[in-house]
Amino acid sequence: MSETSRSVLVTGADTFWGARILRALEGDPAIEMLLGLATSAAATTFERARLLYVEPTFSALRSVVRTSQVDTVIHPCMIVDSVHASGNEIHETNVIATMNLLAAAGTSGSSVRHLVVKSSSLVYGSTKQDPATFCEETPRADVPRTDLERSLIEAEGLVDDFAQDNPSATVVLLRVSDVLGAHIATPITKNLSRPVCPCVGGFDPLVQFVHEHDVVRAVTLATRHRLTGTYNVAGPGRLPWSEVTTICGSRRLPLPPVRPGLAVAPLARLGIFDFPPELDALLRYGRGMDTSRLVAAGFEYRYTSEGAVHAFARHLRLARSARASLSAGTAPPQRPRSHGTPAPGRRRGPDHEP
Amino acid sequence: MIPEAPRLSDVDEWGRSERIRSLARRIYAPVYSRWFRVEWEGLDKIPAAGGALLVGNHAGAIPSDAPVIMHGVETELGRPVYGLADYFFRGLPVVGTLWSRAGGVPARPDNAYRLLHDHQELALVFPEGEKGPSKPYTQRYQLQRFGRGGFVEIAMSAGVPVVPIAVVGSEETMPVLWQVPQLARVLRVPYLPVTANMVLMGPVGLAVPFPSKFRLRVLDPVTFDVEPGRERYPKSRVLEESERIRESMQRALDDMLRLRRSVWFG
Repeated sequence: MSETSRSVLVTGADTFWGARILRALEGDPAIEMLLGLATSAAATTFERARLLYVEPTFSALRSVVRTSQVDTVIHPCMIVDSVHASGNEIHETNVIATMNLLAAAGTSGSSVRHLVVKSSSLVYGSTKQDPATFCEETPRADVPRTDLERSLIEAEGLVDDFAQDNPSATVVLLRVSDVLGAHIATPITKNLSRPVCPCVGGFDPLVQFVHEHDVVRAVTLATRHRLTGTYNVAGPGRLPWSEVTTICGSRRLPLPPVRPGLAVAPLARLGIFDFPPELDALLRYGRGMDTSRLVAAGFEYRYTSEGAVHAFARHLRLARSARASLSAGTAPPQRPRSHGTPAPGRRRGPDHEP
Repeated sequence: MIPEAPRLSDVDEWGRSERIRSLARRIYAPVYSRWFRVEWEGLDKIPAAGGALLVGNHAGAIPSDAPVIMHGVETELGRPVYGLADYFFRGLPVVGTLWSRAGGVPARPDNAYRLLHDHQELALVFPEGEKGPSKPYTQRYQLQRFGRGGFVEIAMSAGVPVVPIAVVGSEETMPVLWQVPQLARVLRVPYLPVTANMVLMGPVGLAVPFPSKFRLRVLDPVTFDVEPGRERYPKSRVLEESERIRESMQRALDDMLRLRRSVWFG
């Protein structure tokens, strides 16, 4: 698909997704130059990608874009977890940094022809009025009430504006569902890895997951195939939260259906629970997404929603047994590795895409 | 794709669980056959395969027509029926989850289209909405307005027939004497009636229906000679079809009432 050599800029080289996407793109011979933007010292080392340190709101990117002559910008570093970020941080990262990035990419005479932005299924919200399945065009049923959702919706609006102002550029927006994987840490993965995890009493919603490898593959596919438009990224199928917790071997602690956030506030403070307001809504009404558009564009999911949960549960079991044997003072047992499940601590390998 | 272990639950993407449905059917069977002594007429008119929109008249403060139709069709035809209803239920703890597991789906055009067209399932809808069960007993078996004909539009775009079902017996299960709209507002429920059951049985009457005899008549399926898959259809045509279906159901109800000799024995 990549007929000409390309130069690609990826934001957030020091973040989870930025680093992963950079590493996946390093293996693509069609990419001549790979640039990563970082705002702090990156934890990963890269073989090919050059890192550029910039300030967190991307306010001085114009010269970077002009001198590097990149033709593709990938922006995967928006915050989607409100537990460890203040409202102000979320606004600065999701709205202001995106605005500055798009402004730099959209100046007259800019070399940028392709834009890939990773957004989140949080823009759909989660309410009782929701359809069972959100298509890319389904409007949100309620007014967003949290800083995080508002910032993501505003950022998507900026991307829309960019697409209108630059009709010759391909612009793709990927709405990624809740992610599971051995490496990623989200409120959901953290809750599921504990012996007891929250649910909202009397509710057992249908939830849909996507595996972290599939997210990286979806971003690289969107980049290679120069997709344009909005695409849901979510493993096919969905399952009730009770089934998810059972597979992961975690007991459900029902929270009162009225203001559950208040009830767990002390526990959340101590770090025993992660319960951002977005999770309160999700654990009541769930969310389902239509996955057919990305599949029609040539993407093949390696993990269904359920497959992602099983893969994550396998990772949890390995991590627990490794911890148990470490505390017993013996070496971790040598277990046959099941396909597609990286052993804990192993960082490379499965993330590298062919 | 990684090979997967068998599912732990059988909850489908609508939230329905066949296991919970069959348990509910086992519990409901005596109510269906002993309490209401349900009898069907023309059950074979409901398609054995493919999508179809079942449409019924809705009555009784807590309507028994929905469970009776769903139970009857599922046991006789062996196909699941999804009941389209107001999303109000979904917000209630426990009730919302059970409602969803038993085949309840929020009534939205996109949900209905996906059920009928993409999945070719049977969906049940009551076009009168809450106007049916909330009307006073003095207006029994008088069909209310059929909304704005949305059910016709969905059947047209999904390319499936509408199968009208006339239900006699439902009005007498829980006759509405009068409404208390102030209390309904405070409790945030769609309507709150005082029923004859409450007057005669006290608190038990909140949930227990009278044992009236149920007779259901399935009318001829209505197909529309329009191109499916369109975003919208001419409103005049939609309302005309909706009115025609309403009239045929009203005629069937009147006919069934004329033949009925006793509320309790049919």
